Amino acid sequence: MKKNNTPGVPGKTESEVLPSSPAEVTGAEALLKSLVEEGVDTIFGYPGGAIMPVYDKLLDYTGSLRHILTRHEQGAAHSAQAYAMVTGKPGVCFATSGPGATNLVTGIANAYLDSVPVVFITAQVTSALIGTDAFQETDILGISMPVTKWNAQVKRAAEIPDTIARAFYIARTGRPGPVLVDISKDAQVETMTFRYSKCTYIRSYNPVNPLISRDIESAAVMINHAERPLILAGHGVIISDAVKELKMLAEKGGIPVAVTLLGIPAFSHEHRLFAGMLGMHGNYAPNVLTNRADLIIAAGMRFDDRVTGNLKKYAPQARVIHIEIDRAEIDKNVRADLGINGDVREVLTAILPNIRERKREEWIREFRILDRTEHEKVIKPETDPGRGELNMGEVVRVISELAGNDAVVVTDVGQHQMAVARYYRFTDSNTLITSGGMGTMGFGLPASLGAATGTASRKVIAFIGDGGFQMTVQELGTIMQYRIPVKIVLLNNSFLGMVRQWQEMFFNSRYASTEMVNPDFTALASAYGIPARKICERAELKEAAAEMLGSEGPFILVAEVSRTANILPMVEPGASVSEVTLTYNSKP
Amino acid sequence: MKQEFTISLFSENHIGILSRITLILTRRQINIESITASESAVPGVQMLTMVVRTTPEMIEKVARQIEKVVDVLKVFVHTSSEIICQEMALYKVTTRGLMSGSMIGDIVRKHHATILEVTPEYMVVEKSGTRAEIKELLALLEPCGVLQFVSSGRVAVTRQVKELNAYLREMDEARGTHQEALEFYN
Repeated sequence: MKKNNTPGVPGKTESEVLPSSPAEVTGAEALLKSLVEEGVDTIFGYPGGAIMPVYDKLLDYTGSLRHILTRHEQGAAHSAQAYAMVTGKPGVCFATSGPGATNLVTGIANAYLDSVPVVFITAQVTSALIGTDAFQETDILGISMPVTKWNAQVKRAAEIPDTIARAFYIARTGRPGPVLVDISKDAQVETMTFRYSKCTYIRSYNPVNPLISRDIESAAVMINHAERPLILAGHGVIISDAVKELKMLAEKGGIPVAVTLLGIPAFSHEHRLFAGMLGMHGNYAPNVLTNRADLIIAAGMRFDDRVTGNLKKYAPQARVIHIEIDRAEIDKNVRADLGINGDVREVLTAILPNIRERKREEWIREFRILDRTEHEKVIKPETDPGRGELNMGEVVRVISELAGNDAVVVTDVGQHQMAVARYYRFTDSNTLITSGGMGTMGFGLPASLGAATGTASRKVIAFIGDGGFQMTVQELGTIMQYRIPVKIVLLNNSFLGMVRQWQEMFFNSRYASTEMVNPDFTALASAYGIPARKICERAELKEAAAEMLGSEGPFILVAEVSRTANILPMVEPGASVSEVTLTYNSKP
Repeated sequence: MKQEFTISLFSENHIGILSRITLILTRRQINIESITASESAVPGVQMLTMVVRTTPEMIEKVARQIEKVVDVLKVFVHTSSEIICQEMALYKVTTRGLMSGSMIGDIVRKHHATILEVTPEYMVVEKSGTRAEIKELLALLEPCGVLQFVSSGRVAVTRQVKELNAYLREMDEARGTHQEALEFYN
């Protein structure tokens, strides 16, 4: 995960603000002290009855813990996830019992599928009432079980510090993920003597496995002997901070690097060995050549079905090395000839000295030939059409060229997300925050404010479609209240574009409930006091993008794009990755 | 091809652990044929034995998912030939039915069952054995009038010699080895 300086909390230093530690504190204060011990400085959340003792105490900690009040708990969850992805530290999210807790579930599941460490703290009704269907009681432990890495309920103040320590340790180690701690109201008001020690070991939990030298040697031999190797880089490369090692391996071995959606900034798109994105709407060359490769080196990825297409026809000529920290992912979808269960950076560091320098020019040329085809048939018409309606791809490309190399790029889910993945020119200094595994519409807006809260020095640019924007549009209020300087590019086609595309391609153009009648988005922005501008013409694009990027605070750029454009290429459902479609004749 | 597997696992004795484990199975539509939970030979460590029917490929994936659960210490999967297992059954039978003929002698001698309680109305017979043996006795008792029948889940021990403590020690040692390996490669 990218390390970044988080802005300090403005104003006072800790010693001026923290009350002098009394021997006895309430459970609520113990929770806040524990968070401070874990290096937390920002919390996203929403108050309510059961969590009121914690919020009350929070007022005494404003110097060390900044609380961002979102407009919905789902927003708080997505914001905390984005904050974690920008800072490399676990995000923290508060919600009250009952509906507060259940509103988090989409956000928890999203963080779970994309392996992001977030510590969720929910309040629970008084312990005597648990199990009686009390007001705002819900079994959040049971509900969140399938979507958390770990969860626990605390009913005694004395158990709070150890449980929080454990929660942070589990969230950030191994394959990171969300954890949830449910604290009953009486535990928040009960007093206890505060003592904190960080968790460093849990007997039943082995976050990282030892390297096995035989595996390292075998991997090097397999790589050195391969004629057509292909690296598949996933989110794990970024999480384990292995971007540098990946580049060294690729350059030393002359190995092309393809990326998954979440692995996009793991390798610079300007690099000559960059092969492109894999999968359903990925690039032509890496999809076709997956089935030509004689060795697949999968690093920190999990062979999602959107990446592999039809598994029966996936990479038939290739042997597979799978480097993955989660043992359960190895052999889950694709059988590995060599599974290396470990941290990507540690494994790549160990393999590197044994790699022979090779050029593999022939093999790399195959990528360039296919790249040219894709450029002519898809990329050029999308990013530089010259006339006709405005395309998503050209808006993305123009902003990408103006935004600088270290921007944090956020997306929602749908066609615009694929346009960003395909046409934004990422370098390995960019961060991409997107909803991959879950594909959660409504993720983008709250994620953008969470990301911007986590970085003061980098620009945060969010691309959002008109559908997803309206799923969490209330977070404009949060952006307004805290003056969060996010640049929002609303790509408006007045359709649920990706569903419309599938209806056109696979459901005989029967457009069931995908057309949207939208409000005047610039008027909506102005109601929130956020500067906005709408563009419909190509001629305005560059100047409007520059205005947005040059503005001080938040800005919404509404781009009216083609209503009926499709995202191509496409690996159709059930097809093999090598059967990727480049063109599709739109039906009227 | 689906076959029978016995999953034995050791875990910390925490609330919710059983839910987390069964979720992994139910999500994949794997039915639990029997389940037994008890404290293991190591204090504080819970042992869970489950019998499921599924394919060898699926059981391998499921076992890894279970081992991934934070509070699970170790998971073993065995086919029927790799373990020694027993179930226990109680049969409540009408006394009148049982007393007719030479049934009682047969039950005690041939089926190694014991009689736990005798009343004028019913008798309670206990038997340990394999699922097949228990069913066989049930069929035999059926004509005498079975009022109630209940059998436990499977309890099993493996034929291998290594004990849980050895695994716990290995897991501790692995942490040390990992640090050494890191130093070596850096």
